[in-house]
Amino acid sequence: MENKIILQGSQISIGYSHKKEKTIIASNIDICLEKGKLIALIGANGIGKSTLLRTITGIQKPISGTVLLNGQNIQEIGALTLAQNLSVVLTEKLPPSNLTVFELIALGRQPYTNWIGKLTIEDITKVNEAIELTQISHLAAKRHYEISDGQLQIVLIARALAQDTPLIILDEPTTHLDLLHKVVLFKLLKKLTQETQKCILFSTHDIDMAIQLSDEMIIMTPENIVQDQPCNLILKGTFNTLFKDEHIIFDASKGKFVIS
Amino acid sequence: MLFLFVINISLGSVSIPMKEVFRSLTGGIASKETWEYILINYRLPKAIAAILVGMGLSISGLLMQTLFRNPLAGPYVLGLSSGASLGVATVILGAALLPPFLATLLLSSYGIILASSLGSFTVLLAVLAVSHRLRDTMAILIVGLMFGSLTSAIVGTLTYFSTAEQLQKFTFWSLGNLGNLSWTSISLLTICVAIGLLLSVFSIKPLNSLLLGENYAKSLGLNYKKSRLIIIFATSILAGSITAFAGPIAFIGLAVPHIAKLVFQTSNHTILFWSTILFGAIIMLICDSISQLPGSDLTLPINAVTSIFGAPIVIWLLIRKRKMMG
Repeated sequence: MENKIILQGSQISIGYSHKKEKTIIASNIDICLEKGKLIALIGANGIGKSTLLRTITGIQKPISGTVLLNGQNIQEIGALTLAQNLSVVLTEKLPPSNLTVFELIALGRQPYTNWIGKLTIEDITKVNEAIELTQISHLAAKRHYEISDGQLQIVLIARALAQDTPLIILDEPTTHLDLLHKVVLFKLLKKLTQETQKCILFSTHDIDMAIQLSDEMIIMTPENIVQDQPCNLILKGTFNTLFKDEHIIFDASKGKFVIS
Repeated sequence: MLFLFVINISLGSVSIPMKEVFRSLTGGIASKETWEYILINYRLPKAIAAILVGMGLSISGLLMQTLFRNPLAGPYVLGLSSGASLGVATVILGAALLPPFLATLLLSSYGIILASSLGSFTVLLAVLAVSHRLRDTMAILIVGLMFGSLTSAIVGTLTYFSTAEQLQKFTFWSLGNLGNLSWTSISLLTICVAIGLLLSVFSIKPLNSLLLGENYAKSLGLNYKKSRLIIIFATSILAGSITAFAGPIAFIGLAVPHIAKLVFQTSNHTILFWSTILFGAIIMLICDSISQLPGSDLTLPINAVTSIFGAPIVIWLLIRKRKMMG
């Protein structure tokens, strides 16, 4: 049987260590990211979603436990190999520049290009594939500051696609987007996991949409961290433990939160 | 550029006909021996110096603008030139306090380059440390300005304790001067600029990835710490060595990369690198030609010319930036 697991974290504790002091944000985390799955990471503000993402992308060390990417400890993988296996879409704004959308997406090919960054025919093909998959060919010649937030988010996803990695991790890709663009983006992510067999992990606050579209969800609550399929999570009543407020109740029959 | 090169050489307090300049440059002998002497030992080194200075300062500006994610960064604005001045001032003015053999060693070209490069390196590191805490464009500029004031204050204090002769030497240096460079100095400067430019060529790819910001660059497999060190080193050696030989020269480092960006409408450093080098050399030759004041015996300080040309560009950039924000 083919090994479907791309990334696995077993018994990891996340947090920060400053010299001797250790601040543990969450511990006993078991997560498993498999090929072709769209996985949502949800949790209240400040619960440590970003810290978890930083830990499993190798930016930050876990306090304990190990993160394995393709069976290898992520902290020991070289920067270049890591870049060929894992791409990210971050929340941060891009610095001012004259980059066009095409150039921006082409930067995703950097882990494969030579010392001066020359694009080969294969690189250009990959970039064009990414543009086609995300249907943004009409934007390719525009400058990145000329397009809307929603379009830019999709361009950044295209850049991650061009990087051609089995795993893509997105940090809150739907913030600042209206309902229409959120749906467009979620559908795109879903389509990508189905068509390319990539694993996509994203953090989000749009819980009801994530329930409808994702294959699995990782839910962070102060008590524990659970990974399961959305329907199982509804059955278990996990969503009610998400927010510590008696007025926010999860309505299992509607599949969304109601305010009482 | 070749044309400007010849124009530049033909200009100066002694007027030499263009025809003679050509004849001398193409291997012939000019009709007057004094002309030949002036051309070979004064005008030619000066024109070469202008080209080196223009290329080096412009590239160091380009590197800093990308590294600091700041369109207004440049060796002069961020206080690098002041740092280099401090280094040179310490050597020229402080040499008297040292034992004679150390003083002669320090006052040699090598000592001055080293002091100047170290000075700009220190300031660059300090600005970098501060810029990590302040992400704001304006704050970094103000910090650069403060470093400038701080170093000039220290230089001021040093001048108070030095002799008139030393002071004159330093003042003359601080006005910025492309002339008076011997062939030895020119070859030293060439080596330093070549090293700086070579390091910059190897930084083209990292610079392109830095256009997406530090974190994206890292996710693309960039060894950020190493690349940053190379970029900083290249910038310091360029700005430091040039300032050591030619004095602090304002605005070239800031303005030229913008001209290249405007003309080519790109952020791709492969194109920007070569165009910045070319524009840097051309603009410096023009500025130097203007400073000769064609048709007169006077020579303006090169710094005055570059400031007249560069300061309006900075103001224009600030206004344009405001527009983009609002």
